[in-house]
Amino acid sequence: MNWRGIWAIYKFELHRFRRTLWTGLAVPVITTSLYFIVFGAAIGSQMTEISGIPYGAFIVPGLMMLSLFTESIFNASFGIHMPRFTGTIYEILSAPLSAFETVLGYVGAAATKAMLVALVIFGTAHLFVPVQVLHPGLMLLYLALVALSFCMFGFIVGIWAKGFEQLQVIPLLIVTPLTFLGGAFYSIDMLAEPWRTITLFNPVVYLINGFRWTFFGTADVSFGAALAATLAFAGVCLAGIWWIFRTGYRLKA
Amino acid sequence: MSDPILSIRGLRKAYASGTEALKALDLDIQRGEIFALLGPNGAGKTTMISIVCGIVRATDGTVLIDGKHWRQNYRETRRRIGLVPQELTMDVFEPLMSTVSFSRELFGLKPDPARIEQILRDLSLWDKRKSILKELSGGMKRRVMIAKALAHEPDILFLDEPTAGVDVELRKDMWNLVRRLREQGVTVILTTHYIEEAEEMADRVGVINRGELILVEEKHALMQKLGRKILHLQLTEPLQAVPPSLADWHPQLSDDGATLTYEFDAKAERTGIPSLLAAMRDAGIAFKDLDTKQSSLEDIFVDLIHNGRKEAAD
Repeated sequence: MNWRGIWAIYKFELHRFRRTLWTGLAVPVITTSLYFIVFGAAIGSQMTEISGIPYGAFIVPGLMMLSLFTESIFNASFGIHMPRFTGTIYEILSAPLSAFETVLGYVGAAATKAMLVALVIFGTAHLFVPVQVLHPGLMLLYLALVALSFCMFGFIVGIWAKGFEQLQVIPLLIVTPLTFLGGAFYSIDMLAEPWRTITLFNPVVYLINGFRWTFFGTADVSFGAALAATLAFAGVCLAGIWWIFRTGYRLKA
Repeated sequence: MSDPILSIRGLRKAYASGTEALKALDLDIQRGEIFALLGPNGAGKTTMISIVCGIVRATDGTVLIDGKHWRQNYRETRRRIGLVPQELTMDVFEPLMSTVSFSRELFGLKPDPARIEQILRDLSLWDKRKSILKELSGGMKRRVMIAKALAHEPDILFLDEPTAGVDVELRKDMWNLVRRLREQGVTVILTTHYIEEAEEMADRVGVINRGELILVEEKHALMQKLGRKILHLQLTEPLQAVPPSLADWHPQLSDDGATLTYEFDAKAERTGIPSLLAAMRDAGIAFKDLDTKQSSLEDIFVDLIHNGRKEAAD
């Protein structure tokens, strides 16, 4: 293993985040506060509890997941798209790094930042509502698993995208709607049929509910189903990356 | 002769569009030499380098770096190769020192500030080590690219068009740098379409055109072998026109009628010079001075490319 090479990419990427540290952290804090003001105060007063959980606490895992998805995809896709765009990718490709090591550097750094943002949101939420986490260790592991999966997904997006605007397309047009419709802010049990059943085909439902389960020990789907769905997503992304390096798709002529 | 440090066999690159960028190229590079790859734009120079460095995938063929297969032993082989690409591509928001250190660590070497300092000093970049790359001039950026390529102490260095768009002074610096590297035992492969550069620096020259190596030769041998020479005769009395008795040699008369030039093939057994001089004596044309001049690599190159085209057209 070329650990130094991985570490060089990881450091480089984190250094890039550090240059925009304040905007990078202010955005999640402000967004979370806005969600709490709108959903917590305005709507939350109308809907006191969901499955015995106060509404303000109920939306915390969903809020964290929403940011984790978009941050992961954006950071990872930008991280690999930028060197492709500027041409500095030549150095990465000509270095003694395996595909796995390259991905580990980029995805590891993007996942680190996405998790930091999620934890900042968690901290901000505490200013508004009391939140207790039933399984803190599992919560962090699950957070890491989802972050890594979405960063791998972001890596694929960064390779696939032909320009910067395409980097925005997937998070804005697919992931955010699926998250809003995937029970980030409500329990899918509140939906009438057939909408509830249709919602079960939304993979994001499992990711959010799995995460919510680590907080409250209760969720719309079983933790096993959620974990299986998350691992399946991670597997699909891993296969995608494997295929990219095998064929050189948009990476090597 | 020792084993080549770089050995390319049957290297081919065909794109999905059908373009064949390289056509079964064979090339051996000797340890410690400076090899210049000459060719017009689009000849396949960069493609060849990119394949050796792992940036472009080969359709067919093998590359051995010091006897090691370049894909099966990519960790070992890539560590020995440094690449300075043609384009000035860098992370423009990074400080100079950290971008060069990054290159070193990327290749798996532990940080070595003293070594980086030496490289930056050699390239006259040390004073700028804290500068952000976008603040540097074009010439400095070019040197940063070289510093990055040298950061992991490669013993094979590819310079892809190192002096494209570079001013005369920097070009001379670049040539000196390449010579210093050779003294340190680094094998240098450079591509250029400036003949002057190959002529100035290279031990051997390869000419590539349309994906094929037309010729690989020692520079001096090449110039001798293919070189055409020009004989200049300073006449005692200016002539109005070339006398008919000399027409067989097709000499050219200068506008002022004072110089007669005759181009001949230096490698031919009969250069035609003695007979021309005899014919001149018979015609009563006297000359006060004469000299012959070797044609430059540029003339050779243009000849080769044109002959290649003619053959292809036939």
